[in-house]
Amino acid sequence: MQKGCDLTRLDPVLAEYAGVPGSLITVLQHTQELYGYLPHEAICYIAQKTGTTPAKVMGVATFYTQFRFQPVGKYHIMLCDGTACHVNGSAGIAQAVCQHLGIEPGGTTEDGLFTLSIVACLGCCSLSPVMTVNEDAYGSLTPARAVEILDGLRAKEVQA
Amino acid sequence: MSGYIAVGQGSCGIAAGAANVYAALSEKLADRADIALKTVGCIGMCWLEPIVDLYDNDCLTARLVHVSPADADRIVTAAESGDLSGIADLVITAEDSAFLAKQTRIALRNCGIIDPTSLESARAAGGYSALAKILTGEGMTPEQVIECIKVSGLAGRGGAGFPTWFKWNAARQAPGDEKYLICNADEGDPGAFMDRAVIESDPHTLIEGMLIAAYAIGAREAIVYVRAEYPLAIKRLTRAIGQAREAGLIGDNIMGSGFSCDFRIKAGAGAFVCGEETALIESLQGSRGMPRLKPPFPAQAGYWYKPSNINNVETFANVAWIISNGGAAFAAMGTPDSKGTKVFALTGKVRRSGLVEIPMGMTLRDVIFGIGGGIRGGGSFKAVQMGGPSGGCISASLLDTVIDYKALGATGAIMGSGGMVVMDDSTCMVSMAKFFLDFTAKESCGKCVHCRIGTKRMQEILTRIVAGEGVPEDIGLLEELCLAVRDGALCGLGQTAPNPVLTTLRYFRGEFEAHTDPEHRRCPAHACQALLTYSVDAEKCRGCTLCAKKCPVGAISGTVKQPHAIDKDRCIRCGQCYAACRFGAVIKD
Repeated sequence: MQKGCDLTRLDPVLAEYAGVPGSLITVLQHTQELYGYLPHEAICYIAQKTGTTPAKVMGVATFYTQFRFQPVGKYHIMLCDGTACHVNGSAGIAQAVCQHLGIEPGGTTEDGLFTLSIVACLGCCSLSPVMTVNEDAYGSLTPARAVEILDGLRAKEVQA
Repeated sequence: MSGYIAVGQGSCGIAAGAANVYAALSEKLADRADIALKTVGCIGMCWLEPIVDLYDNDCLTARLVHVSPADADRIVTAAESGDLSGIADLVITAEDSAFLAKQTRIALRNCGIIDPTSLESARAAGGYSALAKILTGEGMTPEQVIECIKVSGLAGRGGAGFPTWFKWNAARQAPGDEKYLICNADEGDPGAFMDRAVIESDPHTLIEGMLIAAYAIGAREAIVYVRAEYPLAIKRLTRAIGQAREAGLIGDNIMGSGFSCDFRIKAGAGAFVCGEETALIESLQGSRGMPRLKPPFPAQAGYWYKPSNINNVETFANVAWIISNGGAAFAAMGTPDSKGTKVFALTGKVRRSGLVEIPMGMTLRDVIFGIGGGIRGGGSFKAVQMGGPSGGCISASLLDTVIDYKALGATGAIMGSGGMVVMDDSTCMVSMAKFFLDFTAKESCGKCVHCRIGTKRMQEILTRIVAGEGVPEDIGLLEELCLAVRDGALCGLGQTAPNPVLTTLRYFRGEFEAHTDPEHRRCPAHACQALLTYSVDAEKCRGCTLCAKKCPVGAISGTVKQPHAIDKDRCIRCGQCYAACRFGAVIKD
């Protein structure tokens, strides 16, 4: 997956921020938008072009939870485990989703369709428990409802 | 009837289906010029979303709740005739309306009322009039602005509660021409979402407050550091900054006053510690967000080691109101120690959850029972968690504590950024303490040994207690670690990380003792799986065999129409029998 990633796509980003001090995080965010994650080659390329070391870039990238080093599935599920969601039963939702998809938190299904991340707080506490799938948020979940939503997405893929 | 229909479209509203409601209404109104359709932000009554408001000549005539796209037809009919009888079932109840009536809104004054995507809408509600008061006509000097904020008694709403004027003055007094104004919108406390609501619902109020602060300290550049998890907030703020720039409210020579200030947004990348101001500055500079040693304070050496001032979103949201109405009007509300209003995100096991802005000095009971309507689902109140991972759990005996910085601090919790998570008797407090330590252990940046390793050890101890492997000595060990971490950490994250443990030990010590009782370890809230025992009440059991069929490990035996029994050695305590039994015959203890 990492071999053969087209590094020239990064050039416009690097050119835009070349003269802007302190823009490493922004560059990494753009990189992740381009590839869906941070490929190792891209990290080395950024280091080389910005005159720093891959270790420095990696140090910054690993500090922040937003950055990923593996590709994610087509549907990225972010299940909230903030305080309100926790009190309202997010653990039960996590268990049901993991069992249904056959993956652990952080994992991706074999067909590359779903990735599950457990996140700190999505800021929709009044609708807890909450999960987002890509851009869409789903609130007031029950284990059954969460599974139903994922089945709906899978059915859409089969039809397509 | 001439008027408009407003659909609340904050993140919560959209998650509840507001965008579909908007689309359905938009379709019905496509060829109608007499009734306009507007987007507004979040009114903060999140449990009623999606919410649709009907206005006649700028006057609210009806608030409709739990609206679905299928209701669009009859809503339009009611809006054109003014006859609400066809939508009576959607109109908010008097009881629910009281949620807003009991509040005093300053920071949230325009949220859910104005269109956050329109500068005109913000200006019609008085937006930028405070800025005009300072920059045009007689005007106000930076010193007068700082004095006005001093009189108001406004304190930092992000958590620490430090006097705002003091920070502004320190940055103003610091030598140098290159100064920065920074807004901390990295709302990281799980359970708090007021900053998101302000940015999504009223971005121009934030911009105006920041411009006033920039003028006061002498900054020519303002930066908003927003959580990347808030895409809608980033989108609306970006748009608002563009509108303000186009209108000459941002940039060079604002309102012809000679004052210039530029704006930009920086998206955070997900690190709780970046709520700490020096860590935030490190992150702004593109580094790992690790706190710096203070002093020097950011007012002396902040962003790129230039004088900088950092305030939170809610703090800025109060500024324009204070300038317009005078510092004394703000200081007239609250307690001797804490002035003005504070926004709380009321969530958890409460009936009415959402955003609550109240004058300081009300009691926790007023907020949770008076405004929030008490406990949802028949349980009883057990505790309220305030201040997120830096705060603590306050027990029922302290419900009459007044909300001000000092009184809340005395309970061991903190005001914090205003997260208020209500818990009922089904919540295990040991498990709650573990939940917060899981969080802080993960979010510790690793700079200080006590925080990095201390939180990890505390997390391990709490994990084994919850797993049914705790011993009585663990409680003393936890207390010792709490004090060591508190004293040995550099920044607020580490110093306050023990608070959730210290407060639960203070108010719910009995639960820790029950979990670690060598004779019989148990979880009084019946929440910790490893400490539960399941048995069958032979008198209630009808022998329907459902539990035996559900049991994944075959631990339940019995014949049809005969009482069943659970083999405790084989039982994995998954609770499926308990959930399945229709006769209440499975007992959980």
